[in-house]
Amino acid sequence: MSAVDPTEIFRQEAEELLEQLEQALLDLEHAEDGRELVDGAFRALHTIKGSGAMFGFEQVAAFTHEFETAFDRVRKEHLAPSRELVAVALAAKDHIRALIEQAETADAAAGDAIIQELRRVTDDGGAEIDEAPAVEPVADQTGTTTWRIRFHLAQDALVTGTKPLLLLDELRSLGTCTVTGLADAVPPLEELEPEALYLGWEAILATSHPREAIDEVFMFVLDDMKLEVERLDAPPAAGPSADPAPAPSPVGEAEAAEPDLSTVPVVVPLAAPEKTRREADAGKTTNSIRVPAERLDQLMDRVGELVIVQARLSQLAASGADTALKSIAEEIERLANELRDTTMNVRMVPIGSLFGRFRRLVHDLSRDLGKQIDLVTSGEETELDKTVVERLADPLVHLIRNSIDHGIEPPSTRLAAGKPMRGQVRLEARHAGTEVLIAITDDGKGLDRDRIRAKAEEQGLLAPGLKLSDNELYQYLFHPGFSTAREVTAVSGRGVGMDVVKRLIEALRGTIDMATTPGRGTTITLRLPLTLAIIDGLLVRIGQDRYIIPLTAVEECVELSAAEDGRSAGRSFLSIRGDLVPFLRLREVLGSNSPPDPHQKVIVVSTGELRVGLVVDQVIGNHQTVIKSLSRLHADVDTFSGATILGDGSVALILDIAQAVELGHAQADRQRAS
Amino acid sequence: MSKVILTVDDSASIRMMLKMTLTGAGYQVSEAANGVEGLAKAQEKPAHLVFTDLNMPVMDGLTFIRELRKLPAYRGVPILFLTTESDGEMKRQAKEAGATGWLVKPFQQDQLLSVVKKVLGA
Repeated sequence: MSAVDPTEIFRQEAEELLEQLEQALLDLEHAEDGRELVDGAFRALHTIKGSGAMFGFEQVAAFTHEFETAFDRVRKEHLAPSRELVAVALAAKDHIRALIEQAETADAAAGDAIIQELRRVTDDGGAEIDEAPAVEPVADQTGTTTWRIRFHLAQDALVTGTKPLLLLDELRSLGTCTVTGLADAVPPLEELEPEALYLGWEAILATSHPREAIDEVFMFVLDDMKLEVERLDAPPAAGPSADPAPAPSPVGEAEAAEPDLSTVPVVVPLAAPEKTRREADAGKTTNSIRVPAERLDQLMDRVGELVIVQARLSQLAASGADTALKSIAEEIERLANELRDTTMNVRMVPIGSLFGRFRRLVHDLSRDLGKQIDLVTSGEETELDKTVVERLADPLVHLIRNSIDHGIEPPSTRLAAGKPMRGQVRLEARHAGTEVLIAITDDGKGLDRDRIRAKAEEQGLLAPGLKLSDNELYQYLFHPGFSTAREVTAVSGRGVGMDVVKRLIEALRGTIDMATTPGRGTTITLRLPLTLAIIDGLLVRIGQDRYIIPLTAVEECVELSAAEDGRSAGRSFLSIRGDLVPFLRLREVLGSNSPPDPHQKVIVVSTGELRVGLVVDQVIGNHQTVIKSLSRLHADVDTFSGATILGDGSVALILDIAQAVELGHAQADRQRAS
Repeated sequence: MSKVILTVDDSASIRMMLKMTLTGAGYQVSEAANGVEGLAKAQEKPAHLVFTDLNMPVMDGLTFIRELRKLPAYRGVPILFLTTESDGEMKRQAKEAGATGWLVKPFQQDQLLSVVKKVLGA
């Protein structure tokens, strides 16, 4: 368990609040009655200010106070939220984020300017400027401080006459106190010394007494106990802070003076301290808990191991005659599958959180470019693996920028073309089987076939006159350094190209496709797997070795007869229902020496529209696979995207389909050229 | 029934001071002048709390504490020893022997009562 840093919790909390604030501000621009939105913005600011002061972010608190004051005026006086106000409020929000991230390097002058501007746009003339100190006092008026006190006494403490209940009573006499028993150190029954004390306690104490009063309580036992005292409502001391209590179960009033065996964790809910109440509020709105991502990764990892072991068990059971073992193996298989599904479910997050971010992007970009563009989103509730959602952010930003910059025309051009003045970018997500489709559609001018073709030929990527399907042609957009933008604008055409987008999507085992209608717009469709941790694969054999081909990429399997194989020796093309599909002999690619089987199979795989056949010796069958990434030593191996462990304990490598398709087409190009 | 406190000290004046204060606060007090007497008294009349000096003839305080802790009836009974502020090493030894806490000499009546309250409860 990792230690939880309270300032880190504040940062996370602030990040979410800022996000809410931004959404509220953006909505304000169009809202008819913005009162609720203003209230929402005000609440977010208030919380940021309050917790900022508590966790030592004084500059955040001071700045947010000014921001809040301005918004309070908007709220109380029902000022109409002007464009101007929204603009400066967005700038202020960004400034808060900068202050939270790195207060020292944040531009103080810019902050002051923003405050002046905020005052100006919300000032109704003579209102006095509030110069009062911005930071709310850390302790409240009564001078109460809240402490978290965790202690474990020496194991012989009971024998030597210390009575924990009296210590707790003494703590209670200092103020308002909530006590929780900590049973984590209690050993199994057979190792338990009847007279020994294993329990610990955690007390949340709100007291006006000084810190020394707490030590006073423990004066006799201070030398041979573990005592952690942490101030909850103030910047934490430099030392490592304690882990949160492992979910204590509330029982009744602390009665046990000598904790006997029946003494389970004891909780005395007196008055919930500030912090607990805030957590409860948060729980009410979202009804969810926050878990560090790495714990989810660990869980997935363990489940993966379990699934592998379970596969071995099933194989073992199937090979024997023990029916009892077989039925257990079946039961475990069922449970393991359910556990795997549940775990994957836990990792799913709605993609809406990602879509929300793009509203600001579209707002800023269209302003910068003098275009009027609406972002329409749908399918926000579509769930995807957390990692996939995170890694989608960059590619999507780029694609949306492209749509806005290259796709959608300036208002005058649009009007001239008989289109509505306001352009539209649609962002849609939906499930399709085990995949998620994300479509970015603009109603702009569409891709210019001829220009792409000219550019590809100019760069020597394409032989002049070669006949290509639209999709094949558009794939050239993904070549490194390929940009048809005549001039580089500030928005796109810098650094990150479509090739990077493609690589990022393929790293997620996704594919990217384009469709366009000249003058009507472009749709870019991303297909992504629901999860990265597990794939459905087709287990194949080449020579002695077994490999996995991701099932999502497989289109069909056909037999490659020896006769046909011989015929096609020089030219590796296969005619599938009239289409010429290039194929790769995997045994050559992978360097297998054993003679090919007489009845080889061709597995036709595709990434989007491009297809290639892979020749294997045998198709063994479907195999659900837990992906293990290759070690760093193999980071430069691009033929395989990972490995998995089969039921018999042997390793199978997972073929990287994007790479295979590329290889197949490169080979096809060479053969076409020769 | 009021609680019983055993005081073990070779100094009669200290015993007197303890007895006056404790009986005045409603406790029953039994007394002993050294560790051996103390062990006998402790078994004769079970005590809820024991005060002991450390430097005593016949059987010193550390031995007394160790012996007392061996008696099943006295496992868990608070034992406080009387000490002087400077005696850090003695404190450690006495704690190791099984003492619960200490009272620093010289002490005032209210200090005595508050330490009794601390280990016996109200």
